[in-house]
Amino acid sequence: MTLEVQSNDFIALADIALQNDDLQHAIGEGTRTAYYRRLDTMFAHSDEHGESMRQQAAEAKRRALRELPDLLEKAERNLKKNGYQVEWAEDATQANQLVLDIARRHRVKTVTKSKSMLTEELGTNQVMEAAGLSVVETDLGEYIIQLAGETPSHIVGPVMHKTKAEIRDVFVRELNMEPTDNAEEMVAFARRMLREDFLSADMGVSGGNFLIAETGSIGLVMNEGNGRMCTSLPRVHVALIGIEKLVDTVEDYATLTQVLPSSSTGQKMTVYTNILNGPGRAEEGDGPEHAYVILVDNGRTDIYATKYAEVLSCIRCGACQNACPVYRTMGGHAYGWVYGGPIGAVLTPLFVGLENATPLPHASSLCGSCKQVCPVDIDLPRMLLDLRWDLVREGESQASWDAAMKLWAVGMTSPRRFALGGKAARAGQAIMGEYMPGLLGNWSKHRDFPDFAPKPFRQLWGSRRSRRHRPSTQTRQGT
Amino acid sequence: MALPARESPIGKRVSLFVTCIVDMIYPDTGMSVVDILEHVGVEVDFPPDQTCCAQPAFNAGYRDEARTVAKHFFKAFKDAEVIVTPSGSCAAMVRHEYPHLFVPEDGGPYEQAQRMAAITWEFSEFLVDGLGIVNLDLALPEKQCFAIHDACHGLRGLGLGGASRDLIGHLGNAELEELNECEVCCGFGGLFSVKMPDISNAMLENKIENINASVADTIVTGDVSCLTQMNGGLSRKKSAKRVMHLADVLAKGLGGGRA
Repeated sequence: MTLEVQSNDFIALADIALQNDDLQHAIGEGTRTAYYRRLDTMFAHSDEHGESMRQQAAEAKRRALRELPDLLEKAERNLKKNGYQVEWAEDATQANQLVLDIARRHRVKTVTKSKSMLTEELGTNQVMEAAGLSVVETDLGEYIIQLAGETPSHIVGPVMHKTKAEIRDVFVRELNMEPTDNAEEMVAFARRMLREDFLSADMGVSGGNFLIAETGSIGLVMNEGNGRMCTSLPRVHVALIGIEKLVDTVEDYATLTQVLPSSSTGQKMTVYTNILNGPGRAEEGDGPEHAYVILVDNGRTDIYATKYAEVLSCIRCGACQNACPVYRTMGGHAYGWVYGGPIGAVLTPLFVGLENATPLPHASSLCGSCKQVCPVDIDLPRMLLDLRWDLVREGESQASWDAAMKLWAVGMTSPRRFALGGKAARAGQAIMGEYMPGLLGNWSKHRDFPDFAPKPFRQLWGSRRSRRHRPSTQTRQGT
Repeated sequence: MALPARESPIGKRVSLFVTCIVDMIYPDTGMSVVDILEHVGVEVDFPPDQTCCAQPAFNAGYRDEARTVAKHFFKAFKDAEVIVTPSGSCAAMVRHEYPHLFVPEDGGPYEQAQRMAAITWEFSEFLVDGLGIVNLDLALPEKQCFAIHDACHGLRGLGLGGASRDLIGHLGNAELEELNECEVCCGFGGLFSVKMPDISNAMLENKIENINASVADTIVTGDVSCLTQMNGGLSRKKSAKRVMHLADVLAKGLGGGRA
């Protein structure tokens, strides 16, 4: 794991984000815009149509996961038929070494990269740079992030946490851009800069949104066309693809390329929806001379063997981040590793170890929005609940919580103790007033606490019953 | 979310699961539920051994403790034909999570869990989907303007949302207005609100902004836990607006009919 894991500092990192007004504004607007666009597109025909697309997509991914070992062999066979050289990497070190070996073999000095969350996971850029390669991220958001020396805060919109003014400042500082507040001018500027890189790169490195087993193709979607430049202009193309990205058929790809853009940016289709089939052929006149696919495990097989296997269905659309009210308040950096939001709260502990991400399963109000918007219907809230259970079982919970829950269970298994507890709480409140100790103090930091009732319901019920002999006899049932 | 069709509760005695928070903090809401249920001719009882649905432990990851308390729930409601509760969250706990807390090898508790899940209804759901009543023939003493906050577990866990709008829509003198982001969490999330109070508060502030921007002066919701969070914030921020439980709003229409 090359990227430092800071997930145990979640609360402190969240606090930094909560203090940052620009970030709050940018994330709040970015997530909501995407959230409402998704609703418009996904359900443009009807609720039923959107929901059935979602279930179809979920089934395509579940089927692929069920048949993963066979499909991987099928994919390898068909990739090779297309002229891809196929490599397998168990972990980040192996994957990055393979990239370096390929670069060395082909005397590569300059690299253009299209957006890939997997390479964030692997730290591929840092390794390539340390080996003396010049690496340029070509997705506009990633380009800005790279210039700013940051990491993506959102799966689809890596620079969502920055305002336009902050982006201008990055371009001015790092590239001597003539200051402007016009977004189009900034984009045009970046485009001119990137054009040089595209034309001079020796090697293009990409990820892969999908790997189509039956045709041995890489499915790659994008809006800026940069991925096409990375995969077709340089002499060498290397695609790093997680083994969970498999789908069986082109038809599955067609299904998924509808729900992916609908869910992430609210587009019916991405501007560029590609199916790549190996190096350029003699009769084609362009395309890379050498094309590689590195199939990366990096912990995926381990997850596959657990009750969390279904999380491997994730197609990295970012919809759960846009819908999550927790993510909306702070963005993705607080989660302390590659993936933020609900998917990050589940993936991070599974990838880096629960003990290295203990706050994340609790970084959710369990509101259920993430499951609702997930294009492949991953039950993220259930996984968060299961991870919380794992925390307790693995002794990663706080001793004070362990004691409190045990005591609570004792109180809740007897109506007498329950009533006594209520009385004690009332008395405590009378003495302490607004200033409550411990956890309740956390409550009253921002909110007033209601008064405990002088008489609990069970007491009111008792006196009501003794006054009344029978219930009202109006019979309007079933009307 | 589609739940399997359930046996009709029409004509059956209702056991009220009042919930721990209503019992200790909002007993009047419990009374409102009883009043409305009796108003529509339902016979209500209150199993006296009841305490809590076990959700706090379950959500915190303490499954053993949750199982212990769930088993107590089974005992307390062993004679129940139908259970009605004024909380979408507690209803979702019984309906969705009890069946997951136990496995077939557990025997009795597993069967009890399935049974409790099958007979438990959230209050508005019971009236509208269970009994088929949307018009309670009630009117408020004077005009009042409401908006609905869809509590998360009711909305996304049980597929509620329409029921409370139908009931308020048929309540005389009640006007229903929009609440922006009515489907977005208020930031309560049970123990989340004390484990991560600052994040919870950031979510609450967003909710309060929307409440203050709404034409409605009273927000209606189906869960007193969300109500506690929102009213706690509204009170701290000196807002004049308040959140009420649906049952209390409806019971205001009963006029002098309160016991």
